[in-house]
Amino acid sequence: MTDSKYFTTTKKGEIFELKAELNSDKKEKKKEAVKKVIASMTVGKDVSALFPDVVNCMQTDNLELKKLVYLYLMNYAKSQPDMAIMAVNTFVKDCEDPNPLIRALAVRTMGCIRVDKITEYLCEPLRKCLKDEDPYVRKTAAVCVAKLHDINAQLVEDQGFLDTLKDLISDSNPMVVANAVAALSEIAESHPNSNLLDLNPQTINKLLTALNECTEWGQIFILDCLANYTPRDDRESQSICERVTPRLSHANSAVVLSAVKVLMKFMEMLPKDLDYYGTLLKKLAPPLVTLLSAEPELQYVALRNINLIVQRRPEIMKHEMKVFFVKYNDPIYVKLEKLDIMIRLASQANIAQVLAELKEYATEVDVDFVRKAVRAIGRCAIKVEQSAERCVSTLLDLIQTKVNYVVQEAIVVIKDIFRKYPNKYESVIATLCENLDSLDEPEARAAMIWIVGEYAERIDNADELLESFLEGFHDESTQVQLQLLTAIVKLFLKKPTETQELVQQVLSLATQDSDNPDLRDRGYIYWRLLSTDPVAAKEVVLAEKPLISEETDLIEPTLLEELICHIGTLASVYHKPPSAFVEGSRGVQHKRLPGSAGSGESVDSPETTSTAGVSDAPPAVIPSQGDLLGDLLNLDLTPTTAGPPPPAPSSGMQLGGMDLLGGGLDSLMGDESEPLGGDLGGTPAIGAGFGAAPAALPASFSAPVSGGLDDLFDLGGGVGMPMGAYSPPKSVWLPAMKAKGLEISGTFARRAGVIQMEMTLTNKAMSVMTDFAIQFNRNSFGLSPAGPLQVLTPLSPNQSIEVALPLNTSGPVMKMDPLNNLQVAVKNNIDVFYFSCQYPISMLFVEDGKMERQIFLATWKDIPNDNESQFQIKDCHLSSDAASNKLQGSNIFTIAKRTVDGQDMLYQSMKLTNGIWVLAELRIQAGNPNYTISLKCRAAEVSQCVFQSYEAVLKN
Amino acid sequence: MIGGLFIYNHKGEVLISRVYRDDIGRNAVDAFRVNVIHARQQVRSPVTNIARTSFFHVKRSNIWLAAVTKQNVNAAMVFEFLYKMCDVMTAYFGKISEENIKNNFVLIYELLDEILDFGYPQNSETGALKTFITQQGIKGQLQTKEEQSQITSQVTGQIGWRREGIKYRRNELFLDVLESVNLLMSPQGQVLSAHVSGRVVMKSYLSGMPECKFGMNDKIVIDKQGKGGATDDAGKSGKQSIAIDDCTFHQCVRLSKFDSERSISFIPPDGEYELMRYRTTKDIILPFRVIPLVREVGRTKLEVKVVIKSNFKPSLLAQKIEVRIPTPLNTSGVQVICMKGKAKYKASENAIVWKIKRMAGMKESQISAEIELLPTNDKKKWARPPISMNFEVPFAPSGLKVRYLKVFESKLNYSDHDVIKWVRYIGRSGIYETRC
Repeated sequence: MTDSKYFTTTKKGEIFELKAELNSDKKEKKKEAVKKVIASMTVGKDVSALFPDVVNCMQTDNLELKKLVYLYLMNYAKSQPDMAIMAVNTFVKDCEDPNPLIRALAVRTMGCIRVDKITEYLCEPLRKCLKDEDPYVRKTAAVCVAKLHDINAQLVEDQGFLDTLKDLISDSNPMVVANAVAALSEIAESHPNSNLLDLNPQTINKLLTALNECTEWGQIFILDCLANYTPRDDRESQSICERVTPRLSHANSAVVLSAVKVLMKFMEMLPKDLDYYGTLLKKLAPPLVTLLSAEPELQYVALRNINLIVQRRPEIMKHEMKVFFVKYNDPIYVKLEKLDIMIRLASQANIAQVLAELKEYATEVDVDFVRKAVRAIGRCAIKVEQSAERCVSTLLDLIQTKVNYVVQEAIVVIKDIFRKYPNKYESVIATLCENLDSLDEPEARAAMIWIVGEYAERIDNADELLESFLEGFHDESTQVQLQLLTAIVKLFLKKPTETQELVQQVLSLATQDSDNPDLRDRGYIYWRLLSTDPVAAKEVVLAEKPLISEETDLIEPTLLEELICHIGTLASVYHKPPSAFVEGSRGVQHKRLPGSAGSGESVDSPETTSTAGVSDAPPAVIPSQGDLLGDLLNLDLTPTTAGPPPPAPSSGMQLGGMDLLGGGLDSLMGDESEPLGGDLGGTPAIGAGFGAAPAALPASFSAPVSGGLDDLFDLGGGVGMPMGAYSPPKSVWLPAMKAKGLEISGTFARRAGVIQMEMTLTNKAMSVMTDFAIQFNRNSFGLSPAGPLQVLTPLSPNQSIEVALPLNTSGPVMKMDPLNNLQVAVKNNIDVFYFSCQYPISMLFVEDGKMERQIFLATWKDIPNDNESQFQIKDCHLSSDAASNKLQGSNIFTIAKRTVDGQDMLYQSMKLTNGIWVLAELRIQAGNPNYTISLKCRAAEVSQCVFQSYEAVLKN
Repeated sequence: MIGGLFIYNHKGEVLISRVYRDDIGRNAVDAFRVNVIHARQQVRSPVTNIARTSFFHVKRSNIWLAAVTKQNVNAAMVFEFLYKMCDVMTAYFGKISEENIKNNFVLIYELLDEILDFGYPQNSETGALKTFITQQGIKGQLQTKEEQSQITSQVTGQIGWRREGIKYRRNELFLDVLESVNLLMSPQGQVLSAHVSGRVVMKSYLSGMPECKFGMNDKIVIDKQGKGGATDDAGKSGKQSIAIDDCTFHQCVRLSKFDSERSISFIPPDGEYELMRYRTTKDIILPFRVIPLVREVGRTKLEVKVVIKSNFKPSLLAQKIEVRIPTPLNTSGVQVICMKGKAKYKASENAIVWKIKRMAGMKESQISAEIELLPTNDKKKWARPPISMNFEVPFAPSGLKVRYLKVFESKLNYSDHDVIKWVRYIGRSGIYETRC
């Protein structure tokens, strides 16, 4: 039987012929024809025209033919949804077949047909199959739930399939368990907060039992799922680890890697002084080494993962250097990865061996590999001080080979060695200078120029050398130009007499003939420095440089932690978080390692995976309204200031009334669970309010404080205490993941009539950040910074700084969607980052927003009814006076109050910074927590935002 | 999970294309062809990301197998699956070639439908698959109800790799201990690195559902027994046992039992399979020692002398010995004299290849060569690649010994003694190099 003939039919009129054959009476001929159709489909021909004819062949008891027809259906059903309905009956019938193989086939195929009408019919058979007596059918049905969820998530929830799927975790058959786990994990990924998997010690126990019995693939599903669990304590952690370790001897590398993932994660929770911790560490090395004898593709995956593991826990592999030595027949991708790990493992103990190997590699054929090997020698020198001398001499040997790219690469790394060990190896400069002519790559040229400039006083002909580069100045890359400019200025400062002409030449080239702003700016800076104060110039240009650090290419710690949670997956291969390459919501939630128990190891976040998932979930930095409300509900009561109150004890606490005030406010807000006294006392603004300086308070805070206190206890009666303008809590605008380690959280506040953007900048990277600057895109109300961003001191790693940026509204205007959207660019010495945030529009309500009664009445009538919008504010328990007071704090002024049939009507006005008036009618019925608000404004589009502000203010 | 699976021939024409997920379009097929198969540069990674779609590929002869996904899948699993897929295809129709794939495309689709559901790998043991996916059409309608449920329980069951009711008139099993010994030695005879990677391959033709127990001279086991029992042979066992750095097992082996008791017990698949892999680095018996001597005589001549010494029992014979001595690129002529075997200068490979058919243990042989060089201006020195060796010896260089393989089948009446067992040791050279 040779089926290959089906691939060769390419003649015209083939479709017609096939049609005839498909409708033939002879079974054999029919089958042949379907095979031809499938072959055509495979090579990419469109055979959808045969749809009805192929579907007609479905009613057969020949299983092979049936499978072929199903294959065709899966491919084309979507393009012919109406015709596909014809197949439904057969499917439904097959789901009742006595043969379990046929039942499973039907339910499996049906799930792959993404046609709504078919999906409807799928539910009943699927329900039955999930409870089928045959495990083969159940395991197929379990996966089918995931398929259906992918097509119509709502349907799956409505039909209660999720619960049935959860029940399957307790199934007696291990493969059913494994598939159910896989399906649930996938569904859970698209509902990050649903707690669908509901991992608790009981389910974990079931999973661990199934782990011993199911297929290798099932073991992977289960291990990957286990890795998402966070044990309650170190004992549970240890007992899971103990049951997972046997998997390290599995022949399937994926099982091994997934087990390693679970162990690496749970190990975080074990105290380091525990004996078991040490045992576990020892157990991890051998299986990882064994992965290196797998097929090359798997070796590659393993190496990428070992690279992560070595960074997180260097102790595991520290004695295994030899296994990473490159073999001549390794594929290039394996060679490059091994090299990376070799450098990470290099230490004083093994450096001699490593260097000998690297020297061998530097004579190989593959250019990339050779370059990397040369670079590696340099990195060894920087990492292991004792070896520096040998590394340098090895590099010199390599330069002697005169192989162009070897020489260039060597020069680049020698520059780094000079940065690490200044004034130690300058004797080699002469050798380097000999190779000046052969350098044609920018990086190498820049490195060489830097060396010449830095050591100009020791190189007799430094001026000639630099001059030779200057000839083709405009053809050089920016990197080289900048370096050349600096080098010549250095030279001038060191040997001013002979080089005046040269420096003038380069300054004029840089400032007058170049259109590169960086180059020009640097040129001008040097020029002015040199012309005004040569001594200062010397101090600036020839300043002592900080030594470069040992490890230059470590993965940023937060990213590393996340990647450790993704061992074995694509993320660990790319060394990127899943959000960087996965579309949509899937896998975007960031995973974190659990906190360690007791031993005080530095783990940044003690959060558990699930809560981390919640708080980190929206990578977009705009707090949606839901989030905002959620945050507001458990917000510490901070009426006037922004941001979480500092936990420091405050002087305010000593005031007698404080606790009472706290308690009073507490019940006022209907939030009894929060012990507010301390928090409130800690709030600087309140402290200030009771103290002397009202600077930080809004101007409207005019009522006598004591009166306010009294009123709090007598809320029913009249005058209330106006409270400060509402300001939302700080939220993360720019996560560190997106900004190379810079995290910005912030909020907006209006203080004493000044709009402020209050930010917390946190440096989560490993290098110091400086040179902060901020800029806004054009926005709806012309918000723009009133001054530069004041970050005076450099921000060192793990440090946070609070900044308040005053804003004005005189910037350029462009309507945004939503209206209160603000796009911000923040720059530092590393890069420029962009984010967007939304400000509460109440920030823009000015203090003189109180309208005269008559004018109010006239304006209300004057604005057409089309511009009126009505909203409901739900669950608000304030009396009308309290509400009025609260709103006044945010510059929403009550002009009149009327009571009709027990319903209070408040007429209010507010004015935006751009002069737009908004009028409001707030209806409050005693006993009804739902307020109705009508807003009238000439610019109706602001209404939505104003309503949101009302809601936010009232509920706080 | 896996979104789709494609098989291409060397020209990049699709032979098989099966899409499992909606996010993978037909254009993915072309993206891989254009960016990987037809790429000008050599493949730099087995994982390629093209427009947010990830492609995993492996190559078998000139056939490309590619798995596609848009999600953060378990990468190790995808590759393991691709290898498994190759194994399954080989078990069904032999070598993976364009012709075989075209001839069996219907079968392949059927297999792909079975072993991958919505991109999740399912049972892919050929033993089980062959019970219900056959090349001679499906006997679906012929099966009795018992047969059907037997199939399904086997496919999903705990022992998915073996079907019930296997019968042999002669219960027989073959154990092959296959080792590859790797060495890197300095010119002075110092061992830079050496390790053995070994495999225990078993062919079992046993009736019923036999329970097997495999024992070898694992140091940990022997030491434990030595402690428990008489202490007098502790010294002896120290020599006879070997330290295994690490080992992995076929999925039939009960890993938790190995972890706790270090005993290897299992119900074997029928036919041939790999029971375990292991790695050792300590006390390796290096079957051959290579002693190189290279002397440069002026700028145009090299004198090379290489001595090989066999280092094992004189009664054993090594076979297929080949020594490869690299020569500089500017070699113009070579004269070789060897005591044993045949030696030839192969200009195309830049090497002198010296072949010896057989050599007994504790012997020594020598080759000397004079290499004439063309004078060149090339400043780059000749890198002197290492001298490499190939051979095959009838023992295990790691020192591994099979102590027993016990078979228990309680339901059928054959005992361990009735099983005919064959054990064979083969040691081959892996990368066996001596720098010169």
